[in-house]
Amino acid sequence: MTRQDRLAALNALATQRILVLDGAMGTQIQGLKLDEDGYRGTRFADWPVSVKGNNDMLNLTQPEAIKAIHKAYFEAGSHIVETNTFSATTIAQADYKMEELADEIAREGARLAREAADEVEGASGIVRAVAGAIGPTNKTLSISPNVNDPGYRDVTFEDVRKTYIAQVRAMAPYVDFFLIETIFDTLNAKAAIKAILDFRVEAPEYADIPVLISGTITDASGRTLSGQTTEAFWNSVRHARPWAVGLNCALGAKELRQYVAEMSRVADTRIIAYPNAGLPNAFGEYDETPAETAAFIRDWAKGKLLNVVGGCCGTTPNHIRAIAECVEGVDPRAIPARPQAMRLAGLEPFELA
Amino acid sequence: MTQSTATFVNVGERTNVTGSAVFRKLIVEGDYAKALAIALQQVENGAQIIDINMDEGLLDSKQAMVTFLNMIAGEPDIARVPIMIDSSKWDVIEAGLQCVQGKAIVNSISMKEGETIFLEQARKCLSYGAAVVVMAFDEQGQAETADDKFRICQRAYELLTQEVGFPPEDIIFDPNIFAVATGIEEHNDYGVAFIEGTRRIRENLPGCHVSGGVSNVSFSFRGNEPVRRAMHSVFLYHAIKAGMDMGIVNAGQLDIYDEIEPTLRELVEDVILNRREDATERLLEAAEGYRDQKGEVKKVDQEWRKLPVRERLKHALVKGITEFIIEDTEEAHLASERPLHVIEGPLMDGMNVVGDLFGEGKMFLPQVVKSARVMKQAVAYLFPYMEKEREELGLTQQSNGKIVMATVKGDVHDIGKNIVGVVLQCNGYDVIDLGVMVPCDKILKTAEEHNADIIGLSGLITPSLDEMVFVAQEMERLGINKPLLIGGATTSPAHTAVKIHPEITVTPVVHVGDASRAVGVVSRLLSAEQRPAFEVEIAAGHEKIRETRARAKQSKARLTIERARANSFDADQGGYTPYRPAQLGVTVIDDVTLGDLRPYIDWTPFFMSWEIKGVYPQILEDPKRGEAARTLFKDAQDMLDRMVAENWLKPRGVVGLWPAKREGDDVVVFADESRQSEAGRFFGLRQQNEKTNDRPHYCNSDFVSATQDDWVGGFAVTAGADEEAIAQRFKFANDDYSEILFKSLADRFAEAFAEYLHERVRKTIWGYAQDEALSNEDLIKESYKGIRPAPGYPSQPDHTEKGTLFALLNATDNTGISLTESWAMMPASSVSGLYFAHPDSAYFAVGRITRDQVEDYAARKGWDIARAEKELSPILDYDPRKLAQAAE
Repeated sequence: MTRQDRLAALNALATQRILVLDGAMGTQIQGLKLDEDGYRGTRFADWPVSVKGNNDMLNLTQPEAIKAIHKAYFEAGSHIVETNTFSATTIAQADYKMEELADEIAREGARLAREAADEVEGASGIVRAVAGAIGPTNKTLSISPNVNDPGYRDVTFEDVRKTYIAQVRAMAPYVDFFLIETIFDTLNAKAAIKAILDFRVEAPEYADIPVLISGTITDASGRTLSGQTTEAFWNSVRHARPWAVGLNCALGAKELRQYVAEMSRVADTRIIAYPNAGLPNAFGEYDETPAETAAFIRDWAKGKLLNVVGGCCGTTPNHIRAIAECVEGVDPRAIPARPQAMRLAGLEPFELA
Repeated sequence: MTQSTATFVNVGERTNVTGSAVFRKLIVEGDYAKALAIALQQVENGAQIIDINMDEGLLDSKQAMVTFLNMIAGEPDIARVPIMIDSSKWDVIEAGLQCVQGKAIVNSISMKEGETIFLEQARKCLSYGAAVVVMAFDEQGQAETADDKFRICQRAYELLTQEVGFPPEDIIFDPNIFAVATGIEEHNDYGVAFIEGTRRIRENLPGCHVSGGVSNVSFSFRGNEPVRRAMHSVFLYHAIKAGMDMGIVNAGQLDIYDEIEPTLRELVEDVILNRREDATERLLEAAEGYRDQKGEVKKVDQEWRKLPVRERLKHALVKGITEFIIEDTEEAHLASERPLHVIEGPLMDGMNVVGDLFGEGKMFLPQVVKSARVMKQAVAYLFPYMEKEREELGLTQQSNGKIVMATVKGDVHDIGKNIVGVVLQCNGYDVIDLGVMVPCDKILKTAEEHNADIIGLSGLITPSLDEMVFVAQEMERLGINKPLLIGGATTSPAHTAVKIHPEITVTPVVHVGDASRAVGVVSRLLSAEQRPAFEVEIAAGHEKIRETRARAKQSKARLTIERARANSFDADQGGYTPYRPAQLGVTVIDDVTLGDLRPYIDWTPFFMSWEIKGVYPQILEDPKRGEAARTLFKDAQDMLDRMVAENWLKPRGVVGLWPAKREGDDVVVFADESRQSEAGRFFGLRQQNEKTNDRPHYCNSDFVSATQDDWVGGFAVTAGADEEAIAQRFKFANDDYSEILFKSLADRFAEAFAEYLHERVRKTIWGYAQDEALSNEDLIKESYKGIRPAPGYPSQPDHTEKGTLFALLNATDNTGISLTESWAMMPASSVSGLYFAHPDSAYFAVGRITRDQVEDYAARKGWDIARAEKELSPILDYDPRKLAQAAE
């Protein structure tokens, strides 16, 4: 299938059922129990700094393991998997002095997911898609890193936009979607949106790749780290005309429900949501069982909140299998029309009809 | 469809170096901390958007924009509102866009340098996700005439929507406000050109908005603030009517349109509207006289001005006099150590007197609301000083408690809620008023975000009762422990006890019947000592109501619908001959002015809405309440004089009269006299209560003949579409009293219109009572033949019937009245109903109905039972949930 075929098939499928995304990549990688040498492989045996924990570089040093994780998710019932490229940007790779390798990591990550998808699609005959994951980077455009100088920023919008356009360019040949995810600062996400819109002008052959956007409500305040409410966040990213918008990470399904419900109320596009497997315990581990997660997700689905659902930190192929089963046969949320109005935002929404 | 209420957005302009000398000085000196304080003050004074402009020759504008916006991002109290990035230089704008995470407005772009640059900048705005202000400016220059303004804006609109794919709702046109009365003849028409251009833009370019910098218009009167303020108010008054919905205005530079001294207002209006050739000279001549106009106040009763300031403040509060409040507050401020002391001292002392008098029944609501207006203006004056002090000392705000109030989703009525809000504010509570048609999640979210202590819900129409139950259920689901207050005309202790209380265990729910009870209830709920006992008292009260009702229900037997129908009223008895209407079909009524309606006003309900109970005109002479009633009545008459003289509202109505026939409990409406095709059907509900006398079991359909050719009618009227816009103007000026007064008068006009129109229908349009000669008193007593029952009221409690009525009348197109999702009419001051001409037709209440009629009604309406039970829930004689449980 071509990308156009797959998108057409997914558009049709999304009117009939809730689509399933994959679960956590990090949790599966932890299960591999790789040591420093495992991360380095032969190619980076002499790399000058420690690289353990740089999950994205495994696209280069442990490609088969990454591909196997993708396949495990597809086989558990995922329609869409995310590439292992959350930190495949020059800004995020600087921690490992791998700025120069960021493009290659992004490209290989996209290619591996594509291979996994094509193989499963060929075998099962069911459409399998790839979303190029674009993480928030480890810098923030709206918050000063220096408490004594609130006007200071250690990165500019243009720096962030440039790093994103390089990542997008590297992934484009292999992916069906771009997924801007785990957004804790909307301004970073706006730089990613601008990068994608600029890339569409630069490379019209990829202009049809739709965007998925997923923000992160960090705690019970109901706001993003940079202070926006759910509706303000939606107003601020709606210009990307995303294929789906939603929330992921930070909270478990139980705590996230109300914000997904709020997004479902305000957004006139599909809703995507992938919570963590509950809240972490004292050891930073996630204890929620697949059945527990699925019970929450089933309640969301029955509440007509969902179009695409998956899992974030702590979720496994077993969680995804349980989620896929529990949304089977439940109608997806219908996309609501909203009355015409100018909808602006600061940290809070503002509307003028 | 629902439709948002008309609004005007005030953009704060104090953070603009070209407009504010203070701000410019701070930025040039690099004192960003103080500059931030100005931004904060604007937001706290109610600016919904803040405009930021750094275009100053001495500055690196781009750097200043970036620094200031980055600093704002760290101030949640400022950053909560959207930013307007204002510059004439594109690179400054783009640098600004890269600093805001929210959705901002770019101010501005234009076709000044041609289409290519315009389109490129517009595309960039879209890719940064910003709305945009477009100046009426093209290659030839700035548009001055209405024609040019419209032509340029239309061209820009087409380019933006068609070439760029810009969403029309994100386009704001600025058709250029220029100075008038400059002495140059060509400038005289600038005001009119803006207003007219705005009207054409809003009428022809769907979705867009219109904005402008208002202070430009009065540029030639720099230094003469009274005249400038009057010019701004008059200009806005007309521009908002024409469709201007956003503006850069310094709220402090505005007068209340209606309180501008009439001679000055007339002179200013002549200038703004270019009504006479010598308008400029006349205003210039008079202007000097207004420069320092303070001396010429009435000499009557000014003895109190000689009292010490503390006493003067008290006097002003108790008497509701705003005239000297700013200067007295200033004097008290200078004499005290901290601004808060003025509030806690003389002002609260005064308000306590007001509160005591109110509690003792010696003062009445209208007077209290006037006192609140005085208090608000004094506090507004002190506010910036307190802010400053709070910042310096790092203090937190204190109040008696915080109450979030809202009229629930689908409902637009808010007079009662506004009154309660004012009374609570007078007693030191913070009130966050979310306005009308507020969805549940917004109410609860706001309550959480602001850490409110109490939530108050209001509603007037019966579907609002269900919405309140829903809010209670949501609070239960989310575990929100903030006591819930219920108020509004259709609410009752019984509904609260039976329908709401059982849904919510996390927090108490209390019905507040009138404003005078609100303070007592709130203070008991917020007192740690009193609340437990109060909760027990509430629960016991509710339990008692439920018991009494259960008993009453048992004792009141219902007939089956079959038996009730067998005892229906027979239209044909006693030789009834239907009268053929003179004018069949739909008649639009647009020739009526407020002046025509004034004599038809029924004053008794007006006093009721202000919680002065009694019959007009006797109430004016009431020994206890007479004085308050007379003052209120005089204020009402004064406002009425202006409303009538200046045609504030344009009443619109529509009447329809159609061939019809009774079919069981329904009335079939035919398209024409051939009586072949059915144009619509009014469904009816029938009384089922057991009667001890021999009266029939009524249903509205009984008043139409089943055997002879008969007719039925319908109508919808509104006091006028501008109601909300006018109310807003009072709100801007912290004048709740005038706002509530105006709304209650608009309500009266709608009712008066219904009365007036019914008479016209009887005498001419239908014509069955051509010789009728009744006084207003007789009209109020309904001594005439025929009735006009309204859907949603006792004789047909199903609100959805309004949908049929509106469709037959084409009411929305013909009058501008629309229906909300809960079938409330917008504007709020609207009335609709059916007409029956039968001489024995009468108003009745359907009362409670049983399941057999509900099933029958659902089948006729094509509904399932659940829908019918939902729409008819206020009149069900049974609990559908219990019935369902019993069936399982």
